[in-house]
Amino acid sequence: MSKSTARQVLFDPLINTNPITLQILGICSALAVTTTLAAALIMSLALTSVTAFSNLSISMIRNHIPSSIRIIVQMTIIASLVIVVDQILKAYVYEISKQMSVFVGLIITNCIVLGRAEAFAMKNPPMLSFIDGIGNGLGYSLILIVVGIFRELLGSGSLLGYEILPLVNNGGWYEPAGIMLLPPSAFFLIGLFIWGVRTFKKDQLEEPDFNIHDPNHEEAK
Amino acid sequence: MEHYISLFLKAVFVENLALSFFLGMCTFLAVSKKIETALGLGIAVAVVQAITVPVNNLLFQFLLKDGALAWAGLPEVDLSFLGLISYIGVIAALVQILEMLLDKYFPALYNALGVFLPLITVNCAILGGSLFMVERDYNFAESVTYGLSSGIGWALAITALAGVREKLKYSDVPAGLQGLGITFITVGLMSLGFMAFSGIQL
Repeated sequence: MSKSTARQVLFDPLINTNPITLQILGICSALAVTTTLAAALIMSLALTSVTAFSNLSISMIRNHIPSSIRIIVQMTIIASLVIVVDQILKAYVYEISKQMSVFVGLIITNCIVLGRAEAFAMKNPPMLSFIDGIGNGLGYSLILIVVGIFRELLGSGSLLGYEILPLVNNGGWYEPAGIMLLPPSAFFLIGLFIWGVRTFKKDQLEEPDFNIHDPNHEEAK
Repeated sequence: MEHYISLFLKAVFVENLALSFFLGMCTFLAVSKKIETALGLGIAVAVVQAITVPVNNLLFQFLLKDGALAWAGLPEVDLSFLGLISYIGVIAALVQILEMLLDKYFPALYNALGVFLPLITVNCAILGGSLFMVERDYNFAESVTYGLSSGIGWALAITALAGVREKLKYSDVPAGLQGLGITFITVGLMSLGFMAFSGIQL
């Protein structure tokens, strides 16, 4: 990773090393805010900026942090950034910030932010870390936006509040799939999304622990 | 009393932190391959949750809430914007203290939970529990109930998922869905199952 160019650092996390589908990071707080596209967009924006700026500031002081207390230093920086974002959201998009309730605060414990700080920002110069933060934020945003589009479109027939599929109770033809607004659908969508990505990116496939067609396979490993 | 039982059941089943609010998902998916480890982590989370939520509740009620500093003669001070950083600080400190106490007085338990304790600081379920407590403005008794029950709910969910996954590894899953993908689908189905409790009212 040390030789990686800015371009790679920015675009790899979109599909190749996507923080959600490949590294199972940051799913924690994300899925709950994807019932509408608008909330998903705001959440993506919030997370991307927090990741980018936390990477930037941690990278700038990385040579001065004693390694025994680095986690607490990182947490403090991240928590302060999240407070700033939270206050901004409350000031300008109050309605959506109400809808996202605790999930803005939960960016603090979002594994992507801390994971990137620990894995990338501690070892790389500030500008590259900043770009890495943006890249990972975008990778996260991609999933969030895709899930958000599906859930809002199928669940309430609209996108960003504008009606796309005319609903039955408004005289249209579309019977909204209520389950899309409920938690389980987010799990299904992410599961299917992972399936889709891995069908094209064979190297991301996981080895099965046990092969039913060839039971000796496990011993052979 | 009924109020608390209702709150308890609601936090364990209907509003399960893992399955309906997606909290603690990273560890939920990563540490659910074996029942024993899942149970160990689940208990650790429940214990930490039962301690941190009430402590953060006291912090919120007497220091941070709008007008909470009235006892110190500062009724117009509103420190609620400092909430996030204080809660995470409290959680980190409590986890550290718990780790030291267990190490000194209950070495067996410490060895059983060992690796999971430090991880819990960054578990969204813990911070999420405290934030929900603040958002819903629980009083102290409610926060004790909520902390305990939401922790138990999380432990229940991760143990159940580990049980499913132990059997699941013998099934023939399509290549692209292997591992993470099928786990998500399984969690989705479990979440559907837990939603069936949502009509319960005491």
